[in-house]
Amino acid sequence: MKPDQQNLWIYQLLLLIAVFVIWHALTATGILPPFFFGRPLIVLQKIWEWFASGKIYMHLAITLVETVLAFVAGTVLGLGIGLWLALSPTASALFDPYIKAVNSMPRVILAPIFAVWFGLGIWSKVALGVTLVFFIVFFNVYQGVKEVSPVVLNNARMLGATSRQLLRSVYLPSATSWVFSSLHTAVGMAFVGAVVGEYLGSAAGVGYLILQAESVFDINTVFAGILVLTGFALALDGLVTLAEKRLLVWRPAQSETEPL
Amino acid sequence: MTDHSALALENISVTFAARSAGATAYTAVRDTTLVVERGEFVAVVGPTGCGKSTLLNVAAGLLLPSQGRVTVFGTGLSGLNRHAGYLFQADALLPWLNALDNVAIGLRYGGSPKRDAHDRAREWLARVGLAHHGHRYPHQLSGGMKKRVALAQTLILDPDILLMDEPFSALDVQTRQLMENELLELWSADRKSVVFITHDLEEAIALSDRVVVLAAGPETHPIGEYPIDLPRPRDVAEIRLTPGFVELHRDIWHTMRDEVMKGYVQSQAQ
Ligand SMILES: Nc1ncnc2c1ncn2[C@@H]1O[C@H](COP(=O)(O)OP(=O)(O)O)[C@@H](O)[C@H]1O
Ligand SMILES: [Mg+2]
Repeated sequence: MKPDQQNLWIYQLLLLIAVFVIWHALTATGILPPFFFGRPLIVLQKIWEWFASGKIYMHLAITLVETVLAFVAGTVLGLGIGLWLALSPTASALFDPYIKAVNSMPRVILAPIFAVWFGLGIWSKVALGVTLVFFIVFFNVYQGVKEVSPVVLNNARMLGATSRQLLRSVYLPSATSWVFSSLHTAVGMAFVGAVVGEYLGSAAGVGYLILQAESVFDINTVFAGILVLTGFALALDGLVTLAEKRLLVWRPAQSETEPL
Repeated sequence: MTDHSALALENISVTFAARSAGATAYTAVRDTTLVVERGEFVAVVGPTGCGKSTLLNVAAGLLLPSQGRVTVFGTGLSGLNRHAGYLFQADALLPWLNALDNVAIGLRYGGSPKRDAHDRAREWLARVGLAHHGHRYPHQLSGGMKKRVALAQTLILDPDILLMDEPFSALDVQTRQLMENELLELWSADRKSVVFITHDLEEAIALSDRVVVLAAGPETHPIGEYPIDLPRPRDVAEIRLTPGFVELHRDIWHTMRDEVMKGYVQSQAQ
């Protein structure tokens, strides 16, 4: 039987199981040293323990809060500053080289500075996430404003829009639609900021669990942490897809026909 | 004040600055005068690319002419033309608003409460035959439906002057004739002053009181004006078969033919 629309997920699941079986076979026979590659059964057991004992929930909640705060703050800042610079040629000309410079800087190196400024709690992670999210949103808003159809703009003006009304009814919706097209990347970046921040110095969060396990060479726990993070990222991405479907109804989808 | 024309373009010239170094400035319109009386339906025809949209943008106040003066009901125009409604050639609906909100947006800009605006918008949607399509977004409407929504969006504000830029040129022949008849019906109800741009001479004659023919660009200007004394009300499909129409068409086409050829040669050269 070949994979098709209906049974595709069965094949995808089989693929996952196969990877675990091969991983298990290689480490159990000693072809790959378990000290470096872990043992999948122990990894799964570790994950089970985390959830069964409830120990993981606190760490997941911390990582989630950091991600959400970084995402919201980065989006609001990116939207505001993006709109401002896109609509004000003078300001945009003035800031242009600095925006480019900060954007091309690898922002992870700011983590130590944020740790000094904001301490080892959640705020240093939020700050790191914000610097990552901000630029994605900013460039998309900027693009969104520049790409507003001049005909739509002129039409709104002829229908009597003031410049404030133009901002609200034309620029903002256009910019938001561009922001939404980068929502997956933005949420992903907020998550990266949170986890990397935790990994570089923290007292809680899933990144902290990984950091702790690594320092005692507990490779199984490191793998367990990575798997939990992956599942978490997938769940976040699913939520974003849902939000997108609800908020972008006005955008043409690929195809909207329904089979009889 | 009552003796003033609705819209007067006096000695208008439009020169576009060169976009890049080395390119020369382009004079699209040269010394053009066009007067539209109250309640008059004027059609402007000219070969593609001659400067029709440019001229209409000047009349709308969207484009400042390099030379000349625009007066609206006797008053010099500065800024946007607040007496005019503009039906654009390209899709101009706000893509993120559904049909009802698109029609209502002008009233909302003017400060009407949402409920009143929606009530009037529903009336207008019904008037253009889209009573049951208010919830649809522009991408869910056909080309003809979008034009109807755009027409309602403009007419709901009851402008004294209606500027239309090849509004039906993207539609198939049947839809187009339907829309032309609907337009004439709406227009006959309150006789707004209309400037209707088209490159289709038959459409121009069928709809208008007067046809103005523009020369091929650059430096376009009117090369002929023809009063259309065909009886109203008209049916655009039937009127094309009457002897009066055929005769007018022959006369005007005689003037236009050379310009169309010129325009064609130029577009080939570009
Ligand atoms: N903003 C502009 N800058 C430079 N040239 C322009 C601009 N707008 C229009 N033109 C030129 O002016 C001429 C007339 O354009 P347009 O009025 O759109 O023609 P039409 O509507 O009759 O097809 C064209 O040759 C076009 O390339
Ligand atoms: Mg045009």
